[in-house]
Amino acid sequence: MSPRPGFVLEVDRSTPPTLFWHGEGWRLERLPVGSRVVYPPEPHPALADPDAAIRHALEHPAGDSAPLSSLLHAGAKVTIAFDDVSLPLPPMRGPDVRQRVVEAVLDAAAAAGVDDVVLIAALALHRRMTDDELRHALGSRVFDAFAPHGLLLQHDAEDPDGVVHLGCTDQGEDVEISRRAAESDLLVYVNINLVAMDGGHKSVATGLASYKSIRHHHNVRTMQQSRSFMDRHHSELHSSNWRMGRLIAKAGVKIFQIETTLNLDTFPSQFSFLQKREWEWSLRDRATFHATSTALERTPAAMKRQIFQSIRSPHALTSVHAGEVEAVHDLTLADVHRQQLVHVDGQADVLTMGLPYICPYNVNSIMNPILVACLGLGYFFNLYQGKPLVREGGVCIMSHPTPWAFNPVHHPSYIDFFEQVLAETVDPLEIEAKYEESFATDPWYVHLYRTSNAYHGVHPFYMWYWCAHALQHLGQVIVVGGDRAAVRRLGFKPASSLADALEMAEDVVGRDPTITHLHNPPLFLADVT
Amino acid sequence: MREILVERSLPRFAAARAAAALAGAAGGVAVAPLRLADREERPLPGPDWQHVTPLLSGICGSDLSTVDGASSRYFEAIVSFPFVLGHEIVGVVDDGPLAGARVVVEPVLGCLARGIAPPCAACAAGRKGACERIGFGHLAPGLQTGYCADTGGGWSDGLVAHLSQLHRVPDELADDAAVMVEPTACAIHAAFVGAVQPGERVVVLGSGTLGLTTLAALRHHAHPGALVAVAKHPVQREMAGALGADQVVRPDELERAVRRLTTSLALARGRSTSRLTGGVDVVFDCVGSSSSLASSLAVVRPGGRVVLVGMPGTVHVDLAPLWQREVALLGAYAYGAEQTPDGVRSTFDLAFELVAAANLERLVSARYPLERYQEAVRHAGSAGRRGAVKVVFDIGRSSTPRWRGQPQSATTPTVTHESPTPTHESPTHEKLETNA
Repeated sequence: MSPRPGFVLEVDRSTPPTLFWHGEGWRLERLPVGSRVVYPPEPHPALADPDAAIRHALEHPAGDSAPLSSLLHAGAKVTIAFDDVSLPLPPMRGPDVRQRVVEAVLDAAAAAGVDDVVLIAALALHRRMTDDELRHALGSRVFDAFAPHGLLLQHDAEDPDGVVHLGCTDQGEDVEISRRAAESDLLVYVNINLVAMDGGHKSVATGLASYKSIRHHHNVRTMQQSRSFMDRHHSELHSSNWRMGRLIAKAGVKIFQIETTLNLDTFPSQFSFLQKREWEWSLRDRATFHATSTALERTPAAMKRQIFQSIRSPHALTSVHAGEVEAVHDLTLADVHRQQLVHVDGQADVLTMGLPYICPYNVNSIMNPILVACLGLGYFFNLYQGKPLVREGGVCIMSHPTPWAFNPVHHPSYIDFFEQVLAETVDPLEIEAKYEESFATDPWYVHLYRTSNAYHGVHPFYMWYWCAHALQHLGQVIVVGGDRAAVRRLGFKPASSLADALEMAEDVVGRDPTITHLHNPPLFLADVT
Repeated sequence: MREILVERSLPRFAAARAAAALAGAAGGVAVAPLRLADREERPLPGPDWQHVTPLLSGICGSDLSTVDGASSRYFEAIVSFPFVLGHEIVGVVDDGPLAGARVVVEPVLGCLARGIAPPCAACAAGRKGACERIGFGHLAPGLQTGYCADTGGGWSDGLVAHLSQLHRVPDELADDAAVMVEPTACAIHAAFVGAVQPGERVVVLGSGTLGLTTLAALRHHAHPGALVAVAKHPVQREMAGALGADQVVRPDELERAVRRLTTSLALARGRSTSRLTGGVDVVFDCVGSSSSLASSLAVVRPGGRVVLVGMPGTVHVDLAPLWQREVALLGAYAYGAEQTPDGVRSTFDLAFELVAAANLERLVSARYPLERYQEAVRHAGSAGRRGAVKVVFDIGRSSTPRWRGQPQSATTPTVTHESPTPTHESPTHEKLETNA
């Protein structure tokens, strides 16, 4: 039986309560009659033989690229870059798709007699991965073969000798990427395209770039002009990356792009109710829901975090394409859309969403308030093409505990951003103008980014810019069940229940508003007409 | 005459210390050797002395230390029992050449007041706070009015003061403003001791009266590149911003804020910020506790200065950073004369100007009659938490506390504001705490 597509339910009196993610837990909420709930499609079937599919893709490239084996030769200098710990979400069960692809590429390199191979985690301005995380992503065989010999690197955007300036685009954007990657005979980039934003020229132009380069598209103007950044053809973020990518190609950097898509099988079987529609919950699902809910209520926050962060997703490979960047990405996008697109007719006055425990930047870490804002208003709000799920001037209601808590090792500059910057203003443009440079160039943050496991000093700014489109579009943001002080610091309104939040929303959008609930994750992309 | 008398009783001071350790600042007031006493008018110690009737008298942090038995034993030789607390005084002169004048008392008892001639070098230079004859002369020991058995103090309806201690209050300056002159003079002196150079980065630790007036003093008498205030409570944060702090942080945010401000590196050990390698140029410690001094040393740069403004007692602090980073630790006590760009000026003259310019009367938050001294002292001990800054005694008024904004001439005041919702703690004073 083929998987069912996404679905828009109109709530009536017989509709059971709707599941809202709420950090390391969830809530069942009764939405008003007439509300709409947008459900994700069911997971597409996995490729029967992923390794064979990968080998096939490498030898049957898209676009004008030659097969991988013909691009490899003895004496060649080859760099394999791969997506970092921010993908996929949750981290997938081993073997990770990066391991499968990298092993296939290394096999091809070995067969061609290539000796000079270096692996680079494409961190951009993200934190360095731990050895365990690298081992999980690449597998022990690859890790043990490369890491002890210093051949498994993590991109360092702040290494003045490690990046090279390739020029400026016709829009004056600096293009500065990893020197090793740029000076290789072949740069192989291994992607996981979890959502439509991922991949394409963004892989190299962002993942292996310096702050000097990234700042040209990671800024408020770009984000406000991306409608949305999940829709490549209406995303200024992508337009900038595409200009940079074409300049990189023109500068002679030979890229062999490999993109992979995963299905929406997001949670392991013990949490299967999380990806079912509530009226289809079995007795066992209901029992599991109640048992886990009760247990979680009695579990300390740190332990809950540990439990959830240990979840490994059963995500399975649904497609793999390799070859020339743009040709590959077109094929990948079609596959992402095939799995994730859900048609939604019209906008609502109020958009509700439950925010889970994880986003790209708190893997094995704490979902701090800035990340809560970014997950809701950056990622989930932008999971659309066409127009947002909520009308301009509408209200977004997010459910998350939003603790005033930070991981000081991973997010040191976030703490200062929250304590100092957001205490003064929440206006993205003002924040960008007044504070970005001082955070970006702060030697302590630079030191921690380069030597510890800290996100770059500028990263919390990007999280806030990610919200800029939503902040410009929305009339109000309400957080249900959040730490009130933290929610207020974000500039949002706290509410203790969904009912309270809906009543508060009426002050902005009027009585009896139309409501759409994003039943997410599993992740999907709303095609709003 | 009535006065709040402090007697020598080591057991009761010990009990007060224990009570304060349990209940917090001012927790010792009920058991301290402190009582409201009646006495005859105090005799004048000499020809240039006058009787002064206080109008308002402030409650200072050093008074609270005394009440809580927490003052250093260092002071034993330079106080004389029994004494009457209160050294922040605005009053009216009863006799002598200034009879009828409204004055602020400069409480330091230097050579002139003690009848010592010639004066010591410090007093001759106008630096009365550094008097080298303190405890000598015809007066009983006492570093200030408020700690001397012969002079009385401000927590009374009568004291004696030497002509050299009296500063006439301009007619346009209200009593609330005038009572702020003495603590403001302390703050100005501290600002000059700190010798902040243009562009230097400064932290003011503590936002009680002394911290806030130090902020105002720095803003008016120095040109810091950045002025960071550390404040615990909302009213303190609001006031610190209003008085010129560029940034106001909570105590637990200080280290991070200084690291950001100075782009210092830090020696991390499991945490992201621990032991800054740099820091600010000057820290004004307006608290004077072990933890405030430790915080000061944690955020001052190598070669920087820490100015102790708040009265310390015996503190336990690791001085290794002071040694290793060659930090200068400076005391700032009282006032006298300051070297300004316009020449040497009396600190009190500068304080009168600053109180008016910075509208420091707004720091006066609550007034109490002498009879309710225990409540007053408790209120002062928890001022920040209860939304207040400076608590004062309103001498000679009715035993009903006067609401802020009510005419000062009212001798039997009536409550004109709508009463706030009663609380179990202090049904009327909560309203008094409201700042202007």
